[in-house]
Amino acid sequence: MSDTNYGTIVKDGLWDNNVVFAQMLALCPTMAVTTSGTNGLGMGLATTAVLVVSNILVSAIRATVSPQVRIPVFVVLIATLVTLVDLGLNAWMHDLYKVLGLFIALIVVNCAILGRAEAFASGAGVLPSAVDGIAMGLGFTFALTFVGLIREFLGTGTLFAQASQLLGPAFAFLEMKPLPDYGGALLMILPPGGFAVLGFLLAGKRLLEMRQQKSTVAATEPQPA
Amino acid sequence: MKLEELRDQLHYQPISLGIVALVASTALSVAYSATKDHIAAAELHDMQMSLAQVMPKGFADNDLLQDTVTLTGAKGQPVKVHVAKKAGAATGAVFQVAERGYAGDIVVLMAVDADGKVLGARVLKHTETPGLGDKIEIAKAPWIESFSGKSLGDPAPERWGVKKDNGVFDQFAGATITPRAVVKAVKGGLEFFAAHRAEILDGGKS
Repeated sequence: MSDTNYGTIVKDGLWDNNVVFAQMLALCPTMAVTTSGTNGLGMGLATTAVLVVSNILVSAIRATVSPQVRIPVFVVLIATLVTLVDLGLNAWMHDLYKVLGLFIALIVVNCAILGRAEAFASGAGVLPSAVDGIAMGLGFTFALTFVGLIREFLGTGTLFAQASQLLGPAFAFLEMKPLPDYGGALLMILPPGGFAVLGFLLAGKRLLEMRQQKSTVAATEPQPA
Repeated sequence: MKLEELRDQLHYQPISLGIVALVASTALSVAYSATKDHIAAAELHDMQMSLAQVMPKGFADNDLLQDTVTLTGAKGQPVKVHVAKKAGAATGAVFQVAERGYAGDIVVLMAVDADGKVLGARVLKHTETPGLGDKIEIAKAPWIESFSGKSLGDPAPERWGVKKDNGVFDQFAGATITPRAVVKAVKGGLEFFAAHRAEILDGGKS
């Protein structure tokens, strides 16, 4: 892969091939943790960290691993990595662990990580794999935070509640309550709300892409004389 | 032999998988022993912080983590009771109670003084609906403070419930099961203390 196009990798991860909005992977954590923007952000960042390291490792050993045993090897690698992160955070960043601990265990079962190892890192160099990990991870973070914010806003009327617990007191300014008297629509916090929000977002993304397609087709068509 | 050819040989595959597993388990055991003490210390610190939260400052001068008695709870489960002492005399107890909430067990840590009055209570662990049932956490709402100062006689036993059940404790909009479970847990804790009062306060002496 000499002519690696990093721009395409980044665009793929963030939008064209977004883990949630295009690949429809990792929907289990997406539904489970996106009850608030802060939770979505936390899960996204933790996943990004694991994804980058797993992509780098998988890419580094791709030549030595037989295709026949690659899946168990990748699974062992990812599970080990997540456990290491879990132990390390618990020991040295215990306060952060108390907020993120729940998410870290969920990363093991995140099919997006195995999916990237299999679809990208096992056939690409270390640097492109790292970039792909960052782009995919950030795309995932963006999707989770966005879904989380919408559900949180409709469900409780707040934005980024408890962000300072996750990111530190400096980020307390993120916590907003745009509608002070809004009681909240419980449905949005519960699982059906997650499905509804995701459905509308997917439809919206489709609509955007169809518009884009139409305008490019229109632009290339010969103009009537 | 080239790596390409080697990769396709049958013996290479289990061996490579075995090596990966070996490296992974080595890394895990090294990480486990490196973090074990830190994690234990952090959890101990957490426990001390929770103990300090439910018990007013200066109420006890002993090491609550050391002075414990293990008793049998109402459901037959072992309950570890931390006995609070001041100048050698038992002044109260701290223990955990659990009650099934809306989605799984809610674990409450509560402190009771020698007369069976609640000094304080905190929810340690729960899996209630975020945004609804999680108001039992002190970080989200001060509701759990409403137990401080209550005892089995105050309010009267039939008023130990949420307002919907003609009790004295507030419920949350959209969540009644969760606060009901916490009220039941704390009441159960007080009954447990009343039943074992002598043992607990004696156990602290030995």
